[in-house]
Amino acid sequence: MSLLAVLGVISSAIYSGTSLLYTTLGEVIDERAGIVNLGLEGVLLVSASLGFAVTKTTGSPYLGILAAVLAGGLMNMVFGYLVITRQANQLASGLAVMFFGYGLSALIGKSFVGAKINPLPRYVLPGLSRLPLVFSSLFKFDFLIFLVVPMAVLIWWLLYRTRWGLGLRAVGENADTAFASGRNPKRIRYQALLVGGLLAGLGAAHLTIAYTMAWSEYMTAGRGFIAVALVIFSNWDPLRAIAGALIFSAAVAFQLLLQSSGAQVSPFLLNTIPYLLTILVLIVWGGNRKQSAPASLGRIYLGSE
Amino acid sequence: MAQTADPPKNSGFFYQKYLQVILRNLVMILIAFLLFGIILLLSGKNPVLSFRDIFRSTLGSAYGFSEVIVAMTPMLITALAVAFPARVGLINVGAEGQLYMGALFATWGALTFSGLPAWVLLPGMALLGMLGGGLWAFIPGYLKSIGLVNETITSLLLNSVAPSIVSFFIFGYWHAPRDTSTTSNFVKSARLPTLFGTRIDLSFVLAVVLLVLFWLFMKYTRWGLEMRAIGGNSQSARRNGIPLKIYLVSIMCIGGAIAGLAGMAQVSGYYGLLLANFSIGLGFMGFLISWIAGGEPLGIFLISFVVAVIFTGGNLLQLTQGLPYSVINILLAFTLFIVLARPTFFSKRRRS
Repeated sequence: MSLLAVLGVISSAIYSGTSLLYTTLGEVIDERAGIVNLGLEGVLLVSASLGFAVTKTTGSPYLGILAAVLAGGLMNMVFGYLVITRQANQLASGLAVMFFGYGLSALIGKSFVGAKINPLPRYVLPGLSRLPLVFSSLFKFDFLIFLVVPMAVLIWWLLYRTRWGLGLRAVGENADTAFASGRNPKRIRYQALLVGGLLAGLGAAHLTIAYTMAWSEYMTAGRGFIAVALVIFSNWDPLRAIAGALIFSAAVAFQLLLQSSGAQVSPFLLNTIPYLLTILVLIVWGGNRKQSAPASLGRIYLGSE
Repeated sequence: MAQTADPPKNSGFFYQKYLQVILRNLVMILIAFLLFGIILLLSGKNPVLSFRDIFRSTLGSAYGFSEVIVAMTPMLITALAVAFPARVGLINVGAEGQLYMGALFATWGALTFSGLPAWVLLPGMALLGMLGGGLWAFIPGYLKSIGLVNETITSLLLNSVAPSIVSFFIFGYWHAPRDTSTTSNFVKSARLPTLFGTRIDLSFVLAVVLLVLFWLFMKYTRWGLEMRAIGGNSQSARRNGIPLKIYLVSIMCIGGAIAGLAGMAQVSGYYGLLLANFSIGLGFMGFLISWIAGGEPLGIFLISFVVAVIFTGGNLLQLTQGLPYSVINILLAFTLFIVLARPTFFSKRRRS
């Protein structure tokens, strides 16, 4: 197997991992505030379809990204209204949002199936431009890829080094206590969902505008659930989420590598790796009692009178 | 102490209360339709024609009605697969994966023992399906019972694993000569018999029987009482000598087995073969239905019916209005949103 093949695999792994990392970061914020968003799959689909549609219609991928990001935030606000204001069950509401996303994205993307768009411009990694074209073309990335790791650091900083992050995590641990210390749990949860939705929208935008450059129904193929798994895998920590997304991408890369080398390993079995790894990690943590899930994850905050 | 309340003596009040519940639900569904109508209008379709199509294709003809029954059958079974563990406080989000595993095991039976007569093969496939679903649910059930990992997370994660395993077997070993994404059609003896010359198959009868059995089981057996005790307060139940761990594992497995049966019914009845990714959310739908119905058999039946009407109507919407089939999910989701957000809902059960 040639070096070129290996590099090609790494390059495509980075592309597929980026949208996942953005989405995971968003879900980290949601869950740190105590909300499990199972509707992520639907949020991603709506963002992806709208982002693609806007890109196709206006010809500008940047407007597409903007639309996708806003759609993500808006979808999470719908979810937030159900689980925060109406105090509905989070799992059930999330699944309802997922079905909503299936439907709405099919409607939005209906006339864009098979359409071609102007992709997001790609830039060669600095210092690599003197390499032969076959190599340098593999390491041309769009700005969303360059921004994803700084974004993870930024989210970490927001969560652990700002008052806002402290309040958010306090709400996720115990909303009543957070209320008693002068915070507004409902408002904070809405804010968390909004930021989470914007990030999910960014992930979806990257998936459809920069990576696949196409729209098809159900194209996210379970990425929302992988993100939920990765959040647990990365122990609700944005920096570890980078590692989580890398491991998932490595699994994808490994899979492509095996295929390109002609090995007979089914891609379907490799697809299961991230989930099985997460379960294994949970078992190991569970045994050690080191698991640091937000204490009131999934609980409804009923308001403190 | 755990007896259900007697019906109020004043029957006038009794009927008024039920009338109110039905009326309120109808209004909620109406609002959902209204919202969906706005969406249709925005996308340039005629909502009145669309709604006429939905009703004409479902409740307007005997054939349409039979199709509704066909669509509601797997939901009835998967909702039960969620409702049963929910009685002891187990949250089974994994019915989707259990359904796939049930379908996988049942298909193995259908392909391996295709020479057997139907009266041996079908029960065998049903047992295999239950085994597949049960094993898949054993993992979260066991991990929960030893206090290691929450069953919600594990069952959810396993959902994404099962379809890949099914695809692995189809693409790798079982696929039909001309199509790599499905198996060949099952032999006739591996097909569930259909009823009344429609596509309704035996699994509908089975689903209704299971719902009735579930109701009887919870109300009249010792195990049902003990399950309610565990659901009420698991620690006090344990101190009263109820074997908590055995209950948790076996109830989760039974839930999984029921979902596996739904998978068997899908491949043996509805499709007559196994195809990759055959279910987009049947198990999740079961979770939603069970949750909204509060785990009550009658509620499961009624809500499954409404959901099935919506889904079946979506088929015709696709034909006559040129809309993608999955657009009907919007109407479904609006209905779910409104039901989930209804104000009386959380006064009864406030904690998730």
